[in-house]
Amino acid sequence: MEFTGAQILMKVLKEEGVDTIFGYPGGAVIDLYDELGRTDINHILVRHEQGAVHAADGYARASGKTGVCLVTSGPGATNTVTGIASAYSDSIPVVVITGQVPSKLIGNDAFQEVDIVGITRPCTKHNYLVKDIKDLAYIVKEAFYIAASGRPGPVLIDIPKDLTVALAKYEVPDKIELKSYNPTYQPNVKQLQKVVQLIQKAKKPVIFAGGGIILSKASEQLTTLAKRSSIPVTGSLMGLGGFPGTDSLWLGMLGMHGTYRANMAVSEADLLIAVGVRFDDRVTGKLDEFAANATIVQIDIDPTSIHKNIPVSVPVVGDAKISLEILNQLIEKQGFKDIETQRKPWLDTIYNWKKETPLTYKQTDIIKPQFVVEQLYEVTNGEAIITTEVGQNQMWAAQYYHLSKPNHWITSGGLGVMGFGLPAAIGAQVACPDKTVVDIAGDGSIQMNSQELATAVQYGLPVKIVILNNRFLGMVRQWQELFYDKRYSHTKMEHAPDFIKLAEAYGAVGLRTEKPSEVKDVLKKGLSIPKTVIMEFIVDREESVYPMVPAGAPITQMLLV
Amino acid sequence: MAEKRHIFSILVDNKPGVLSGIVGLFSGRGYNIESLCVAETNEPDVSRITMVSIGAKPVIEQIKKQLYKLINVIKVNDLTETEYVQRELILIKVTAKQDQRAEILRIVDIFRGKIVDVGFEHYTIEVTGPVEKLAAILKMLKPMGIKDVARTGNIALPRNL
Repeated sequence: MEFTGAQILMKVLKEEGVDTIFGYPGGAVIDLYDELGRTDINHILVRHEQGAVHAADGYARASGKTGVCLVTSGPGATNTVTGIASAYSDSIPVVVITGQVPSKLIGNDAFQEVDIVGITRPCTKHNYLVKDIKDLAYIVKEAFYIAASGRPGPVLIDIPKDLTVALAKYEVPDKIELKSYNPTYQPNVKQLQKVVQLIQKAKKPVIFAGGGIILSKASEQLTTLAKRSSIPVTGSLMGLGGFPGTDSLWLGMLGMHGTYRANMAVSEADLLIAVGVRFDDRVTGKLDEFAANATIVQIDIDPTSIHKNIPVSVPVVGDAKISLEILNQLIEKQGFKDIETQRKPWLDTIYNWKKETPLTYKQTDIIKPQFVVEQLYEVTNGEAIITTEVGQNQMWAAQYYHLSKPNHWITSGGLGVMGFGLPAAIGAQVACPDKTVVDIAGDGSIQMNSQELATAVQYGLPVKIVILNNRFLGMVRQWQELFYDKRYSHTKMEHAPDFIKLAEAYGAVGLRTEKPSEVKDVLKKGLSIPKTVIMEFIVDREESVYPMVPAGAPITQMLLV
Repeated sequence: MAEKRHIFSILVDNKPGVLSGIVGLFSGRGYNIESLCVAETNEPDVSRITMVSIGAKPVIEQIKKQLYKLINVIKVNDLTETEYVQRELILIKVTAKQDQRAEILRIVDIFRGKIVDVGFEHYTIEVTGPVEKLAAILKMLKPMGIKDVARTGNIALPRNL
């Protein structure tokens, strides 16, 4: 029996367990949509294709599954590029299916034709142009395998329109095996034995946990390691939630806007165990002074992450979860004795750093953005799924919403995409209908994808949007204040829509306050409404994110409040 | 750190877009390409790319790992870590007036080259060899007036597998 390309695609999607697609129809995918409409796959019609990829990204991070996105050729495809690049930077498994003009028109500058495979080659983990209907089924299957395995990432499949109606038998392999792709999950145990010795000897050890902990679902193993061996833990932006943010061993985030104690601890550490991180420049600051006193262990599934920016003494290529599991077993066998006594001076030093230089801000009679995030943390018991936009809002969210669970923190970490938070919140809410999902936004970034309010309302998704409105592009303004003599060149956003009316225009609810005393009530009220709600807080215009390490400086050189 | 010349022998799936992915990796990450040569191997679905790059050790390490990360890359060998043979073919169009012709023929003979085309005022010479040999003949012919040069880029194979 033969099937059309559209039927074959849907069959593989079902086999891969896809229950939701974020997308936008168009000419080149009209037959795919016709077939999609006959299946029970849930489709979320976004308002812009960029939103579709961010939503698929948010869905993937909240659910731990692969996000799927379907768009048409040409502009539909090019609109996905920012979303794809963001998912690539953050290693998020997303499969993007784009329509293409009919095979015989490819290369003819046809209407809505673009070489999306060429355009996305540097920002996808892999991509395909399907040339023969016989290849379609295995390509789709292979795409899902590649997206989710090893270091995950986005994979794009470009399907010419004629292939969606061409006929072929449905033949898929049970298992995908590629001679040129075989990620290393199992670590070298000898290397891990070295790590055990290092942990036992270390006087000032620190664990540095990144997004790899979340992706490999290694939070439990990480927590066991830290507690069993009394090692304090810091995280990259992507690693937040991988270790309980309320635990006494938690140091807070590391890097440019990291906590004082995290930056000091890493700088003074004699052993740094980095797991699932890539030593981004926002984390390391000046490279040759980063963790200069430490023996560095790095565990990562991607060999290119090792030795890329920072020379490593003990490299371990492998899956974070499996590696930590083995490491924990080895430690049990070794039977650390009196490790807590051994660590006490180090943990005391860290405690003093925390006591003397905590994260802080000065409260006045104007709302401080940090205060809003703190109050949100309280009102939601720290249990909401938090998405963010990019800039100050993102950093305050990272600093003051003490994430304690994996898959609850969804931010565009590597690429830093303004406009990410709302569509990502939509994706997360679709994945977790019973959870409170809050997008912490700025007045600038919310305007980059505010059209997705319509999507949220259409599907009855009760996402909450907290806008910290300072009428500035705050992070750039902060840099201008600190490093450009307060020349606020084009960062004043004097005019924004009336966000209450904007919410109402879309059929959502809008709330606003400018009084610190009302912050909690507005949050409580907004969170209790089972609809899409914007909560706007008029905050101190020139509040800055501290600590701050100037770009290129060592991370011990922090500007403090 | 000292920069060195490395010859990568890269086996890849013989599919469209694979070369583009490799070239894009080099340009996107700012790696050098000194020469590049691609053709099928004895297995028609596998191509060999021989690429010469220059870089310090950490950069070369990173190039190797980044190449492996590409899904269609099957095997990467840095031949400069082993014993290998390398060859390149060059075509040189050189000014050859009556009084220069004998001298050019002598040079071509010494380098075991061949005259593959002749005109009233030029010879086109074919020479094969490792890069050093090609550099030497170019140096010898330079005073005659080199009009044009085409080179294949390096190809290489390890001596023992």
